[in-house]
Order: sequence, then C-alpha cells, then structure tokens
Amino acid sequence: MILARVVGTVVATRKDPRLEGKKLLIIKPVSPDGKDESGYIVSIDTVGSGIGERVIAVSGSSARMAEGCKDTPVDNAIIGIVDEVHLD
Amino acid sequence: MYLGRVVGSVWCTVKHPDMTGCRLLVVQPLTPELTNTGKPLICTDTMGAGKGEIVYWVRGKEATFPFLPAEPPLDTTIVGIVDTVHVKRTVAAPAIPTADAAEAVAVDPVGIAAAPPKPPAPVHRKGARRG
Repeated sequence: MILARVVGTVVATRKDPRLEGKKLLIIKPVSPDGKDESGYIVSIDTVGSGIGERVIAVSGSSARMAEGCKDTPVDNAIIGIVDEVHLD
Repeated sequence: MYLGRVVGSVWCTVKHPDMTGCRLLVVQPLTPELTNTGKPLICTDTMGAGKGEIVYWVRGKEATFPFLPAEPPLDTTIVGIVDTVHVKRTVAAPAIPTADAAEAVAVDPVGIAAAPPKPPAPVHRKGARRG
C-alpha cells in the first residue's frame, strides 16, 4: 500500500461494463513526510475521497477485494482516507 | 518476503470495513545489511510491531492470508518481527585491481587480506539455447 494524494478525476464513457458506476481518480504518490513522488496512477475510489485528500492506495490483485470491486478489471484502488501520519 | 524497519504509523478513520482494527505502519524497506532501500510504504501489522523494529513483510495477495477468512484489500502486511539477521557474503573484490590493492596483498603476511576473486556468473540471455 502506498500513500498518495488525489489530484484529479477521470471520466470514461467507453469502458468495461464492470467498471460502470465506479469513481476513477488520478492519484500522485507522496512520501510519508508529504513530498510528492514521481508518476501518477488512475485508481478506483471505494471510500468517497476527494481532490486534495491524502489516501491509501492498494495495488495488484488485492485491489479487487475492495468494496464493490470483486471480479472487476481493477489493479489499483483507494481503500482509506488518511487522517494523520506519525513519523519518528 | 522482504525486510523493513517500522518508521511511523498512519491513522485512518475512513477505510474498508474489513480493515477495522488493523494497525497501519510506515515501513522503510531494508537490504539484508539493514541499509535503507526504496521508498517507504504502508503495511498492516499482524504481529504487534513497534516503531524502530526490524520486521519482515509480504507483498501481494498473500498479504491478506493472515486475515482469512476475511479478505481485506491489502497488498503489504507485516508477518514477523526479526530478532537477528545473519548474512554471509564474500568480500567484494575491487572491480579494477589498483596498485594499492596489489601492494596490500604483497605485504599481508598471512594472506587473508583479500578474498579470492569470485568467478563471473554465467550469463543466460533470454531466448538463448541452453545445453
């Protein structure tokens, strides 16, 4: 799982039917101290997060276990909204 | 499975219902020599690891196995706390022998200063035929 920040949304009309009704967001990985890291990921939102929020994203086959993603062609899902990160 | 060090924790209120009660820790991946490698990531904790402890963690679908029969959406889980790590590796020989290195071997009375150079590993190219 990685920490990421929601930076945008994706709208797709033509897509796999199993993805209908799912919210697609663009997330940018961030380090635990809040700095942006390289790259962007399109992720399925399962917790109702919004732009600017820091979230936890899960990748790989585990993303299909997220709420409502069973047997869907998904490899990245947002599964939590971060309140706080404590670093030593 | 990979080695890592717990460097922090994450607090989440809104999360997948199957993850209720899971601790989320920030883990910095480590090499076997316990130096940092790669970016820190978030792992669920099944072992009660604390900050600063060296742990090992799994990646992928296996990360959900400690929670069976529930299947929470997790891809990294701490599954053990490391007591000790023993690594046995040959001393890396200098890539290009320098005059200093040759001298060091020459003056070493017991002959243990430099390990014998390791033979180069066989190269297997993709698609190449093997005996």
